Amino acid sequence: MATRGFFGRHNDPGTEGRLPPGQHLTHDFPVLSAGPTPRVKTESWTFTLKDGPKPIAKWTWDEFNALPQTKFLRDIHCVTTWSKFDTNWEGVLVDDILEAAGVEASTAYTLAHSYDGYSTNVPFADLTHGRAMVALRYEGQPITPEHGGPARLLVPHLYFWKSAKWVNALQFTSRDEAGFWELRGYHIYGDPWREQRFTGD
Amino acid sequence: MTDLDPTTLPSAAVRWQTAAIAKIEPNTPRVSSFWFKPTVPFAFKAGQHIDIRLTAPDGYRAQRSYSIASAPEDSDLVEITIERLDDGEVSPFFHDVAQVGDEIELRGPLGGHFVWSVADGGPLLLIGGGSGVVPLVSMLRHRAAQKSSVPMLLFYSARTWDEVIFRDELLAMHDARDGFELAFSITREPARRPIDFSRRLDMPIIAELLQRLPANPARAFLCGANRFVEQAAQGLIDAGLPPPHIRTERFGV
Repeated sequence: MATRGFFGRHNDPGTEGRLPPGQHLTHDFPVLSAGPTPRVKTESWTFTLKDGPKPIAKWTWDEFNALPQTKFLRDIHCVTTWSKFDTNWEGVLVDDILEAAGVEASTAYTLAHSYDGYSTNVPFADLTHGRAMVALRYEGQPITPEHGGPARLLVPHLYFWKSAKWVNALQFTSRDEAGFWELRGYHIYGDPWREQRFTGD
Repeated sequence: MTDLDPTTLPSAAVRWQTAAIAKIEPNTPRVSSFWFKPTVPFAFKAGQHIDIRLTAPDGYRAQRSYSIASAPEDSDLVEITIERLDDGEVSPFFHDVAQVGDEIELRGPLGGHFVWSVADGGPLLLIGGGSGVVPLVSMLRHRAAQKSSVPMLLFYSARTWDEVIFRDELLAMHDARDGFELAFSITREPARRPIDFSRRLDMPIIAELLQRLPANPARAFLCGANRFVEQAAQGLIDAGLPPPHIRTERFGV
């Protein structure tokens, strides 16, 4: 349905093939959080790998920083319709986290948990084979608190609410359990290229 | 932030639908209200938003989210406000082109966290900056429609007196003296009323606001530009509010 009198600005031709449907390019970095930014200190920061309720492995900030560090140059896509190209991240691949723990995936599903009580579900297949990391640095600097520092999950091929800020645990779950926004109407998977913003999309 | 309101759980997909513009009225020099009549009316909770989609003749689409300003009790027509942004793509269309009777596409309700209904109780502290006041106005209109006496305080920061959206309605609500307190902060002009402020939100203002409520707020809803919201949220935490009691909705960097 064309809207009477609307012609639109259109996206730069250079964005073709890189901008998922319904997205527009932004050059700043908007902040969207459902609550206050939690005050997380690296001195007390920990990251826990869990199998259901059972902790498998746990790292302090120094231990986690000693794991192999990988760089990502990726486009990111927020469900609120902005996309940002060529963002630089550095952190620990989920593959390397499992390797360091000496374990393999125990189920096909995970929930990422955060210091503020946030959670989001991501199938394990979307975290492995170099597709996702726990990021510790953005554009060469420690991630600022409002963008999820000290550490955030980074799953750049899914809408950015899946890249949980202030992440402190990754949990294998026996089934695909909806997280914070997924319980509130957002899509269970969240593929920007299929425009899976909300339930039923 | 984990407590979940089961009544907002989406039971089915929220589909795009056609809605006609039923009414347009200016609110302030730069902000107008638009009322839409959805083909398929929907129930919503105060604080939720809709998405609007405009389509160009060649199929290009622009999509934006707008908080609902109207009360859930008026579900026949959905009111939103749109501020004119001169370099915008969608807002100039609404301000310069759109007319009553035109049809657009929308879907809703969306968002299940920044919501309140009288059954949730209070006291409530509402903090809005600029157009961030809109979902809070829906909560206040819902409270009024339900004749609720839940104690509620709105702190509303705007640059000038003329930029205060829904100003007369808010002043009238305050005059009802039914447990709703209103405090403006007009940051670029002197305060008009003795209970108002004329500076950015700071710790002394937060302390004063908390004193004007009969008890500590059970929940605080903060909406506005990111920096404004984050500063208010951290101030409330410093004043002793537990972080899970604070819900935020933000725009911008």
